[in-house]
Formats: sequence, structure tokens, C-alpha cells
Amino acid sequence: MTRPVTRPVTGLEAQIHVPDRLDATITAPPGSVVAVIGPNGAGKTTLLRALAGLVEMTGHVTVDTESWTDPPRLVRERHLGFVFQDRSLFPHLTALANVAFGLQSRRTPRRAAEQVAQGWLDRFAIGHLAKRLPGELSGGQAQRVAIARALASDPQLLLLDEPFAGLDVGVATGLRIELARHLADYRGVTLLVTHDAIDALTLADRVLVVDEGRVAQSGSPQEVAARPLTEHVARLVGLNVIRDGEGEGEGEGQTYRSFTPSSVTVSVHRPEGSARHQWHGPIASVAPHGDAVRLLVATQEPTRQELLADVTPGAATELGLTPGREVWLSVKETAVQTYAADRPR
Amino acid sequence: MTRRSDPTTRQTLGRPPAVLVVPATIAAALLVLPLVALVLDTPWSTFLEQLGSEPVLEALRLTAVASGATVVACIVLGTPLAWLLARVDFRGRAILRAAVAVPLVLPPVVAGVALVTALGRNGLVGPLLRDGGITLPYTTGAVVIAHTFVSMPFYVLSVEGAMRSSGERFDVVAASLGATRWTTFRRVTLPLAMPGILAGSVLAWARSLGEFGATITFAGNYPGTTQTMPSLIYTTLQGDPALARTLSMILLLASVVILAALRNRWLTTP
Repeated sequence: MTRPVTRPVTGLEAQIHVPDRLDATITAPPGSVVAVIGPNGAGKTTLLRALAGLVEMTGHVTVDTESWTDPPRLVRERHLGFVFQDRSLFPHLTALANVAFGLQSRRTPRRAAEQVAQGWLDRFAIGHLAKRLPGELSGGQAQRVAIARALASDPQLLLLDEPFAGLDVGVATGLRIELARHLADYRGVTLLVTHDAIDALTLADRVLVVDEGRVAQSGSPQEVAARPLTEHVARLVGLNVIRDGEGEGEGEGQTYRSFTPSSVTVSVHRPEGSARHQWHGPIASVAPHGDAVRLLVATQEPTRQELLADVTPGAATELGLTPGREVWLSVKETAVQTYAADRPR
Repeated sequence: MTRRSDPTTRQTLGRPPAVLVVPATIAAALLVLPLVALVLDTPWSTFLEQLGSEPVLEALRLTAVASGATVVACIVLGTPLAWLLARVDFRGRAILRAAVAVPLVLPPVVAGVALVTALGRNGLVGPLLRDGGITLPYTTGAVVIAHTFVSMPFYVLSVEGAMRSSGERFDVVAASLGATRWTTFRRVTLPLAMPGILAGSVLAWARSLGEFGATITFAGNYPGTTQTMPSLIYTTLQGDPALARTLSMILLLASVVILAALRNRWLTTP
């Protein structure tokens, strides 16, 4: 597969249907980074695997005006870089040979491929580890090799499945900064599956929220973080969000109320005031959160969802806030942000 | 690499019961006694002299050639078969895998009869081969075919197991990097299956070394062309039991060498 140097770069346009797993439409301009977030089992990895041609799907995938689905292309005929969740470096090949593998598979002679590979290792500041086997690398180093391997053959589409999973916090932070730099230079479309709101906010220019096999929300990271439409995203950004209105789907007429855990007042007796922003239920968990104590309260009818509330350690002790304790939560009207769902894109 | 149980555990758990120790001792004796007898009864004074005799050297040479050729045939033909069984989903795969394993449990003499039925002068494809100028029975080629027939299952199952355990995920990774299936096989699957290939080769070689039933049935017992060591031992035992013991000792030594080679793989408890 040799591509003309002057290939049109138009980005990604895909409509994907995987029976019982996923129904998603996605468009992304060239050079964009799309964070794919959502709960476990929502279909994030399925989305990536469908784009790569690793799962059976109907619909279409078009990358830079080339259709990858009509006629269907094999995985190896799609010019993509895939960083798998478990990294999957070839254990018997050195870091250098791992990175050179993609170029050699596409008929670049070994010497030239290794030169390019060495360049990529240098860019990730692991050039001195070129001769090491994956088993001799730390988690962060191995992940750099995996990302370098995916980028080395200049793919049209870069798929990153939780690239920071299983790394120490410090290592992940460093790698996140490096990755941001490389993604800024990258002309293709990047899809980044992540569980971390920080990834979405720092690396992505668009966020795709996947829930139960559907796209529940999409928009800029700031938009999604400020007005989450799913409980999952609300948790990720540390907000409480309550969905009001009829029915289950994200139809018209859905409104949402969101508020921060620190704006919640916790009391052990039913408080005075408006019942609209008032909930009741047992404490599900208690955990330290910065200087505060964060409570997770399993509220009863009519909301029936878990809400977060931050209290001071002193108040937590004084009120005897332990798991199982029945409490009332309330928020002032002024602390609540109310918004309607945009039409799901 | 032997692990001894913790002495305190041994004390607290008490003595091993006789009901287990007695049968274990009998089993051990049964396995060890014949070998000890063979070692003690081997006429060591004439050992080297007999080792150098013409028929013994002929048989040794033939055994080495046949087992070497068998291993090569297993690697060249068996590796692709193992890959097919491990990686390609086709109709009848389960049946093929079962069929491949049959020679493992087939009595060797039955294997010989089956080979004659297929490749013999009047067999299923024998006449076709003869028209093509190939006559197999009672040739060294027949010895290699018989050996390969009985050895291949050990090789294929060992390599297939290795390919399965190294997993298809690396095939997926290679494909995502643009590799064809052949490239993937050559650069990823094969190197990762190398321990299984080595183990399978040693097993196949060992099986070939001792092959007797299928060989004598299909290839006969002609000195110089089809008489391997086991056949020679069988023939010699009728007239000269002492010589037969010497020859057996030679094969026993070869087996012990194999065992030593495999020690790290199978004889260490996990």
C-alpha cells in the first residue's frame, strides 16, 4: 500500500452499526483529537475495533475521501495506527524492531525502516533503549514504544485505547504532555479512548460520550464538562447531574440540573425550604477528597441516583456521617445550573 | 530446581500413609528395575567393539538418517499444519485435529498395515506412484514415511499448542501494522512458537528413534536400507541376546540424552 504524497486530507467520516453493541456516527476533521469516554462496556473499544476492521459492522467508514468499507478493506489495508490497551509489543523483538515493524511490513527496506524507527524513539526520549526487549522496559517506556510504533508509518487514523491505563500517575502525566506535543504535529485523525477527564480536557478538541452503545453527547471538552448529559461524565468531572423530563431517551424536552458536590448541604433532619432541590437517602460511601470529605448518597424516589456531597471533616465527625446513615441533601437554587440537551449529534 | 517441602509442614502434616507409599514404591521399582538390569547385564568389555561392527554401524547410520529426515519432514510439513489448526477457522477443523492425533494412540503395527494399504504396490495410491516411477515399500523412503506418520502428531500438537498460547492478539497487532499473513507468520507467529517447535522436534525425534512396528510392517527389515536399530535389536535378540542387550544399551543412552535435553521443559515441577 503506497499512498500518493499529495493524498487529500479530509478527516474521518463514519457511521457504524455493530449489532447489539454499537450505533455511532462520527465525523472528525484532519488533525483533530477526539476523546471517546463512557462507562465500561459502553462500546468505546468496539468503536475503535470497528474503525480498524477488527469487528463485523455495517455502515461505512471514510478516511480522507477513501472508503474503507466499500469495497471492504482488510485490517492491513487500512492505513492506521492502533495502540492496544495491553500495549501488545512483540515480546521477541527489540524496541527498535517493534517500531520498524509497520514500515517493513509496508515494504520499506530494513535499514531505512530502522532509521525512521530510531528517529521516533529519539523523539520520545527513549532512543537509548532501542536494543531492549519489551520485557526489559518499564510501563511508561513500553507505552512510548507502542505509541511510536503506531505513529511511525504515518497512519491516516490513530486509535489509542486507554494509553495511560496501568501507568503510575506521574508517568502518565509526563507521557500525556509528550503525547499532546506529538498529536499537535499529527495530520491525521486521532481517537483516544479514556477513562480520565484530564485526558479529554488536555488532549482532545472534541469529546464523544458513548453510553450503552450510543453516542450520548458530543462537543468540545469544555462544553461537555460544563453541561454533562450522562451521570458517567458528571462523575468524571466531579459534578452531580440530574435528568428531568419524561421518558428514557435523550429526546427533546429533556432538561438537566447540575451542581457541584461542594454546594450541597448535608443534614440529618429534613431541612426547611424548597423540596425541588432536596433529596433523601442513606450514605453509600465516605472518602477523603482534598481537604473535604466526599459522601456518596444513594438517594431515594424520585431521582433514585447517587449524588455527591462534600462536607468538612469536622462536620462529618459531628454529624456522625458513616455509610448507612440516612441524610437529607439540599442545594440552593442559585447553585444549580439548568440546561436542555442539544440534539444528539 | 527441586523444591523441598517446608520441614515444618512435613512435621505438622505427619507421615505419608502406607496406602500411598507402597503402590508408589512398586511403580517406581517397575520403572527402574528393567533399566538397572539392562545396565548391569550389558557386556561392557565388548561394548565398544560391538558398537563398531558393520551391521551395527549400518543400523545406527540408518536410524540417524531416518530420524533426522523425519524431524525435517515434521518441521517443513507439520509447522504449516499446526498453524492451520491453530489460526484458520474452517469447516472440519475439529475433525482434522482429531484425525491428526489418531496416530498417537494407534498401535504401530496397525499404522504399518495402513501405510501398506495406502502406499503399497497394490494400495490406494501405490499404483499411481509406481506409474510415476516411485516404488516406496521396502526402501529407506518408506522408513522415513513410516517414522513421519507416527512422529508428526507429537510435533503438530506441540507446535499448535505453542501457537495457541502465544495467541492471536499479536496477529491482530501485526495486521494493524500492515503485515500480510505470511509476514505475520514469519516474523511473529513462528518466533513466538519456537519453544514448541523445539520441544516438538525433540519429541518427534525420540519417537522416530524407537519406531519399530510401523517400520517393519511397511518398510521391512533389510540391512542397509530399512533395518534401523530397533529392527536390528529385534533380529539379534533371537540369536544373540547379549548383543541385543548391547544394542539396547546404545538406544537407552540416546534416550537418556534426550531426557537430559528436555529436563528443563518437562521434568521440573511447576
